[in-house]
Amino acid sequence: MRSDYSRLQVTALVALRFAIGWHFFYEGMSKAANAYWTSAGYLDQSQGFLSEWFVDMASNPGTLALVDFLNVWGLILVGLGLMLGGLTRTATFFGIVMLALYYLATPPWPGFVYSIPAEGAYLIINKTLIELCALFVTLLFPTGHIIGLDRLVRLARSRGSAQESHA
Amino acid sequence: MSDEIRNGDDEVFDDANAPEEDQPVDEPMDEAPTDEPSAEESPVADPLPAPTSAAGSGGMGRRDVLKALATVPVLGALGYTALHRKGLAKEERARLLAELGIEDEGAAVFSELETMTHPDTIRIGIVGYGGEGASLIRSLGFAHPDWIQGRREAKINDPRDTWLDEWLEQENLNLELTAVCDLFDVRAEAAIAASTQPIRPGGDTRQLKPAKRYRHYEELCNAPDVDAVIIATPDHWHSRITVAAAQAGKHVYCEKCMTRTEEEVWPMAEAVKSSGIVFQLGHQNRQMESHEKAREVIEKGILGPITLVETTTNRNDPWGAWVWDIHEQGNPRTIDWELFQEAAPNKVPFSLERFFRWRCWYDYGTGLSGDLLSHEYDAINQILDLGIPHSATASGGIYFFKDGRDVPDVWQAVLEYPDRDMTLIYSSTLANGRDRGIVMMGHDASMEVGTRLKVTADGSSTRYKDMLEDGTVKRDRPMLTYQSGFKGVDAVTTPTQEYFASRGLLFTYRGGKRVSTYYLHLREWLNAIRYGGDTSCNIDRGIEEAITCHMATKSYLEGRRVTWDPFQRKIV
Repeated sequence: MRSDYSRLQVTALVALRFAIGWHFFYEGMSKAANAYWTSAGYLDQSQGFLSEWFVDMASNPGTLALVDFLNVWGLILVGLGLMLGGLTRTATFFGIVMLALYYLATPPWPGFVYSIPAEGAYLIINKTLIELCALFVTLLFPTGHIIGLDRLVRLARSRGSAQESHA
Repeated sequence: MSDEIRNGDDEVFDDANAPEEDQPVDEPMDEAPTDEPSAEESPVADPLPAPTSAAGSGGMGRRDVLKALATVPVLGALGYTALHRKGLAKEERARLLAELGIEDEGAAVFSELETMTHPDTIRIGIVGYGGEGASLIRSLGFAHPDWIQGRREAKINDPRDTWLDEWLEQENLNLELTAVCDLFDVRAEAAIAASTQPIRPGGDTRQLKPAKRYRHYEELCNAPDVDAVIIATPDHWHSRITVAAAQAGKHVYCEKCMTRTEEEVWPMAEAVKSSGIVFQLGHQNRQMESHEKAREVIEKGILGPITLVETTTNRNDPWGAWVWDIHEQGNPRTIDWELFQEAAPNKVPFSLERFFRWRCWYDYGTGLSGDLLSHEYDAINQILDLGIPHSATASGGIYFFKDGRDVPDVWQAVLEYPDRDMTLIYSSTLANGRDRGIVMMGHDASMEVGTRLKVTADGSSTRYKDMLEDGTVKRDRPMLTYQSGFKGVDAVTTPTQEYFASRGLLFTYRGGKRVSTYYLHLREWLNAIRYGGDTSCNIDRGIEEAITCHMATKSYLEGRRVTWDPFQRKIV
């Protein structure tokens, strides 16, 4: 695992990780706090090669309830993981998976028009894809073991292995 | 994550239903190891990490703990800010609700329907098995085989099409379809096919005998194996058939508009009242969840004095303009044309257009007035208890469908209620599909009524003046919203269907599940027959509906303002 970043590099990488975590966490919390929130409308307007799969999810009440649950708690847990730097790699990985699903459900590709309007103008690249790329960077340049709970885990492990080698 | 947008305007309302957030936010704080002496010191004091050096040292110093927990205070700040914001929102909302007089907000959704079992069988006769008649009979549990096949195929193409599943989940109403009267042979045969079709809701597996066909409605009404009659004929027959059924002691479910003319109202009302039968007029929007909630908003006076109510119909396809299919087997041999036009004021030679597209002629109905103003008026009457207006003025014309019809396709009616200090305006076009809802305009707030409700304070409100000034109530955001608990997607495909759905003419929600309003409205009628009680659209509501529509129709046809004389009980 790399750890030869400069102070400034660590600061920038932690800030990026934290900002994405904050976004995930608050999205999750606001959905959890809204008794009426459902991903149905979003899934229903899905376009692209996976649209049938997404629309199927919205059509079956049981599946929809599971998808909503996984989405809300996925957002909250990934957000916590990124912000606290705990299980950072796992959180980053699942964050990327979730963003990829959001992106593929409603890709801003030429010819697709959505009933829920985007807040900006996008062609192929949208903020979801940029956030995904940013998370990919944090996956390749991890910082949880420097600033984050993972540091404690790593230190505990290395202390354990040091004691073993002494014994 | 742009799905958040759709919930943006509900924040104030939704907060009240929000689960407690405290736990998840506090959780990370608890993770701070309390046995570390250094945890007391603020890690913020040394937020910048030094180039890492601890790797491989094997120790866990104060510095390591600080770095490990460096982000926790910021997370705490996020949690605090979120909770503080939520707390403020809750305080504001509590103030608002206290001001509105809403102490108990009640359940956000109606509870799920309880399935009942009915030991006694009710035998149903149907007069008029056209589009509406087939919908009603299907809602009672007797679907035509083609419908079942069609729904199955539709579901393969679009998994959102759950009509068949919802239909099968209806309760077993314990009915038999024993009698059919339709003047077109093909439709009479179709009704008979539906009467024995073996797939029925609620696990009903009885083997049923085919319905008997009657050529004349009087024979059907007098048949001993008929307990209740559904009338889904063109409007010009409603009064006569209801009178015949009531005189035979048969309960009646009659489609709207209740009658074609003012004169037909009184014998019908008299027959229903003197016979004591259970009568239900076919305004299934009475079953709509949001309309009940709208009544509560009105009862609490949240809108202040209401001076103007606007309601509308917009449709933009031939079907919505009553250009219905002419059946290929329709001809003078398969249709009893003379009986069809017996109750009409003008007798004309056999006409397929007139038989299959009867709503386009005043001889059989009243166009937009009886078909759609009737629904809109009834919804508002349900919410506001308006009764018959003092006066009516209507205008319009045949501006788009110049196909030989004599009823207008663009039509407006202004109904005055001076006793209520209020005007009701209805406007409609059959050549534009713009979505316009029902809006109730009060001095203090406006309410939009559809499948959801939205109450927005008026910028010049007297009552909410202080709250508008201090920002508790905002002009550009609803202060109250209501939406059903349904989570899912409705397979509504055409603008006309969307119009129907938004007015509760197709389905509503119970316990978060989509339920047909036809079914609920019929079930209410059957329960009143079996167990007593009144129907929601009884004969008195029917009189109000019919007279209101006929006032507007008379005003249009005579080109003048008409008024209601409550003493003579007559339109003058």
